[in-house]
Amino acid sequence: MIEQVAEPLQQASFAKVVLELDVNNHPGVMSHICNLFARRAFNMEGILCMPLSSGDRSRIWLLVFEDQRLEQMIRQLEKLEDVLHVRRHGAEHEVFERLEDFFH
Amino acid sequence: MNQMTGAQLIVRLLERQGVRTIAGIPGGAILPLYDALSGSDIIHHVLARHEQGAGFMAQGMARVSGKPEVCFASSGPGATNLVTAIADAMLDSIPLVAITGQVPLPMIGTDAFQEVDIYGMTVPITKHNFLVRSARELLEVIPEAFRIAMSGRPGPVLVDVPKDVQNQIIEFAQFPPVAVRSPSPVVQVEQIEAAARMINEAERPVLYLGGGVIHSGAAQQAVNLAEQAGLPTTMTLMALGSMPVDHPLSIGMLGMHGARYTNFVLEESDLLICVGARFDDRAIGKAAQFCPNAKIVHVDVDPSELHKIKNAHVAINGDVAEVLDALLPRVKVQLREGWLARVAALRTAFPMQFPEQDNPRSHYGLIHAVAEALDDEAVITTDVGQHQMWVAQAYPFRRPRQWLTSGGLGTMGFGMPAALGAAMAAPERTVVCFSGDGSFMMNIQELATLAEQQLNVKIVLMNNNALGLVYQQQNLFYGKRVFASRYKGEPDFLRIAEGFGIPAIDLDAAANPQATLAQALQTPGPCLIHASIDREQFVYPMVPPGAANTEMIGG
Repeated sequence: MIEQVAEPLQQASFAKVVLELDVNNHPGVMSHICNLFARRAFNMEGILCMPLSSGDRSRIWLLVFEDQRLEQMIRQLEKLEDVLHVRRHGAEHEVFERLEDFFH
Repeated sequence: MNQMTGAQLIVRLLERQGVRTIAGIPGGAILPLYDALSGSDIIHHVLARHEQGAGFMAQGMARVSGKPEVCFASSGPGATNLVTAIADAMLDSIPLVAITGQVPLPMIGTDAFQEVDIYGMTVPITKHNFLVRSARELLEVIPEAFRIAMSGRPGPVLVDVPKDVQNQIIEFAQFPPVAVRSPSPVVQVEQIEAAARMINEAERPVLYLGGGVIHSGAAQQAVNLAEQAGLPTTMTLMALGSMPVDHPLSIGMLGMHGARYTNFVLEESDLLICVGARFDDRAIGKAAQFCPNAKIVHVDVDPSELHKIKNAHVAINGDVAEVLDALLPRVKVQLREGWLARVAALRTAFPMQFPEQDNPRSHYGLIHAVAEALDDEAVITTDVGQHQMWVAQAYPFRRPRQWLTSGGLGTMGFGMPAALGAAMAAPERTVVCFSGDGSFMMNIQELATLAEQQLNVKIVLMNNNALGLVYQQQNLFYGKRVFASRYKGEPDFLRIAEGFGIPAIDLDAAANPQATLAQALQTPGPCLIHASIDREQFVYPMVPPGAANTEMIGG
């Protein structure tokens, strides 16, 4: 038999990207999104979520690594009933940069 | 103006949705819903003996009808007992609506009696789930649950309803519309043309059908495509029945326990046309070495399956039936005599072997004898293990939805309750559940439900007093260190069945097992048919876990 032995995932060497999600604003949405990343063993470096002014929608920003599974993760995100839209930005996007002051 | 409780509203919405049978078990937090259900003249309730049984009964109904079916459970342990059946429906894309009772809203989060976060627990194993916070939400949530369960790639939806929401009285002007399937993704003509071009130009194409062909009702189109383009056709475990196994173009099931020639044909192919399948590891073995010389056309209604395991040269996101309808007029008629001759040569050189097929006391012989005694109208369910693979290899499946098995999750205990569900959905059919002694004991309590319902379900119990597939793997791959796979005790299954009120026959004791079996199968009503099998008989061929499909052993 060919032994199936785990190899540790080495995501840290990949570039980072920022995902911007429009979602329905109700309890449980965050749990669907976090769970998706957890069960597919895809690391989430940062997360930020605030309701939009209308109140029935929220926007979620995710900071993730750009490994070869990112496309698959985006497709899985798009499948969630409460995710209305996923946009992809480069790491230069300022949303997390501007937050960094709070993390020193 | 309509005025009713949340519980009554759920029952009315289920009636309007066409639900006629619900399997479940009541308990404190779902009693208002059961009270309302008792007032329904339309919905028949089947009382299971364990919630997992109820979940698999609903699955059995859904696998036969193709429509979303419903199960009920109470909060806490009732809900957690449903989890395996829900996960099983997720992995096999079965439309299921599970409705659970929950402690009243003000008690959520207090660790109340029989409170669990079933919403949180079922996030990764449902297409979507709901925790209903007011009776008014039900007007939207219940139809939405059905729409999600049956749209696109089907799957399970859980609706958790707190007890006080069930009791809340609401007024509303009119019922919401009955949920229907959402439209499928629009198929791009350029992609269809690209796929047709690849099929027309290929020299050694293979059609690879998955469970999506069954779910989409596209079996006829798939057979038409194969015949028109001269495509040898392999099926996954989930797709068995989509092309009759004795069709000249069928090359049987691929993968871990497929025939040698099937895996060799795939190895030589230059184009793989994957329709409603997902390159599961049990089907393709080591992904990097699967069909090394083939380009890939992949059709799937779920966009996240495209490029997931293997990159496709042409990836078409759409309903399988619609895509095949669009593809057929663009595909050239081809005889492909050369390639089909090569396929025939491989089949002759490395055929599927069924030793002792004429001896009904052997495993293949027993399956063969069951098939001989039945016609294609019968429904066949299995549990999980050696018997499941032998039935998949040897039973002559000829129509979609003839074969119900737990493919993705591989749940022992699936077979009998699923057979009950199948018989509820199709009472005119004979339903046969092949089981093993290990699997059978995992939901054996549903014999009580079977006796009560007097369904036309026959259980063919292939008894080797072991967890046979574990025993096999320990013998083959763990230095024959057999551990925890043989049972020391030997339950008397005949007396167990009779104790539950189910007639039982023992083929071991029958002078003419073939005749005894045929008579048992043709007598209406439930029956347990017990047959001992040899523990030293293994499932062959076998691709070792993690190996390439061409590295088969045995067979």
